Amino acid sequence: MQYLLNNPGRVLELTWDHIQLVGIAIIVATLIGVPLGILISKVRWLAPPVLNITGILYTVPSLAFFAILIPYTGLGLTTATTALSVYSLLAIVRNTSAGMDEVPRATIDAARGMGMTGVQRLRFVELPLALPYILAGLRIATVAAISIGAIAAIVGAGGLGRLIFDGMRTLDTNKIVAGALACIGLALAADFGLSRLALLLRPDMRASAGRG
Amino acid sequence: MITLDHVSKIFDSGGQEIRAVDDVSFEVAEGELAVLIGPSGSGKTTTMRMINRLEAVSEGTITIDGRDATAMNLVELRRNIGYVIQQGGLFPHFTVAENVSVVPRLMGWSKGKRRERAEELLQLVGLDPSIFAERYPRQLSGGQQQRVGVARALAADAPIILMDEPFGAVDPITRNQLQRWLRRIQAEVHKTIVFVTHDINEAFLLGDRIVLMNDGAIEQNGHPADLLRHPASDFVREFIGEEFALQALEHTFIAELAKPNSHEVSSDAVVLPGTLSVPAASRELTHTDNTDDDGFWVSNDDGEPSGYVTYREFATVLGEGIVSDAEADDDGEEELSDAIPAQ
Repeated sequence: MQYLLNNPGRVLELTWDHIQLVGIAIIVATLIGVPLGILISKVRWLAPPVLNITGILYTVPSLAFFAILIPYTGLGLTTATTALSVYSLLAIVRNTSAGMDEVPRATIDAARGMGMTGVQRLRFVELPLALPYILAGLRIATVAAISIGAIAAIVGAGGLGRLIFDGMRTLDTNKIVAGALACIGLALAADFGLSRLALLLRPDMRASAGRG
Repeated sequence: MITLDHVSKIFDSGGQEIRAVDDVSFEVAEGELAVLIGPSGSGKTTTMRMINRLEAVSEGTITIDGRDATAMNLVELRRNIGYVIQQGGLFPHFTVAENVSVVPRLMGWSKGKRRERAEELLQLVGLDPSIFAERYPRQLSGGQQQRVGVARALAADAPIILMDEPFGAVDPITRNQLQRWLRRIQAEVHKTIVFVTHDINEAFLLGDRIVLMNDGAIEQNGHPADLLRHPASDFVREFIGEEFALQALEHTFIAELAKPNSHEVSSDAVVLPGTLSVPAASRELTHTDNTDDDGFWVSNDDGEPSGYVTYREFATVLGEGIVSDAEADDDGEEELSDAIPAQ
């Protein structure tokens, strides 16, 4: 706590690094994971292999994952974001396909019946209806990536992990606590932000379900 | 006009051929409301879904105003056919106005024009736009959702509307209100409507034509009164008799329907005692061979033919059945719901 109060600038700087690290990873994972989730909800036989592979990747210990990647991507941000993206895939892919599966058959029928093309159906109906599920996946992935991201400091990716590792090396508990608190704060903020985003994008979920 | 010519739908189930719809032919004239009715699994819904090609036609042809539906551009075809399903199939994330404007939006109408059209349609279906336009479907009652579903189908002024058990998921009183309401709307808009139901009351109340299906084939196709007067098979007789749960009409006697008629009573005319209830008379009629195509005579206490009932009137009474009870508070639903603020 002491460290946090004495060095707010430094903590803020590292927090910003952390946000970038996690942000890039989540964006990459979303760009890959959401289309992949849509794909496996449409091409059913692809679902088991895709979910199995992302599931297995998720179980690889993060330290080992970083070590495996270093020969290919070197030390630094690339290795860290690659690993975090891969970890995030499972939650994003699984939630996206679950969200797509939850779109009622009748709603899709109605959309087809009024002459929507496949792309229009996806854009106007399926994605908006799957959105709360996709965002729930993003919340899980983001919170996990923020905590795993702290370990990424070990491969020189920066971020709040540096405070924690510095603190471990110099036996400075204050630094460790500062790093941990900042991580927790960041995770809570991201979680809250994404839950608000869901309501922003789906105003109907805010509307009370009165009997009209 | 919609024409189905020897249409079949064949599913392949583990190498076995299943004819869900088997050699079905019928026509729906312009402005006519045709009811497709039958027990579940009779192929009525599949038949309807082949018209807007939600199901592919396996054999035969469907033409719309003389044009082969399978040769038409799919999007084009569907934009010209309104589609209403149970609970309207409304999009929960769209407001009422947005739901009604979906097809106009897909067709690239301007925002102002869409807005105008949505308001016009909400008026038509009896929902005040200033109250309902910005609400979401889950803020509406089942009956209101159904009305929005119909408004949506009318939005782009499609000449044809397909309705797949649209009133199946609402309570009986609301259903009756919606049926009466649909009749009024249809009298105003004159669409060509194919209406799927398993409710024989609904079929008699709404149908200009009833196509009764069983096991993928048509058992009988005709005017509602035809099904009563000349049931084509035992199945038709049973379907009408068994399904006709007209408890309310058990207490309506045909003497009450009979009107004075100056015509002479011919020797072979059907004369039914006035003490028969309406359902009893309908059972009687399905077993009677009547040479008179217009109606039947009703006798008084002395057994003398004293009044006449036309088949058309009789069918309407049968169809209205329970509905007549609800007539007094037909518009009660809106009044009630308006009194309860949504937010």
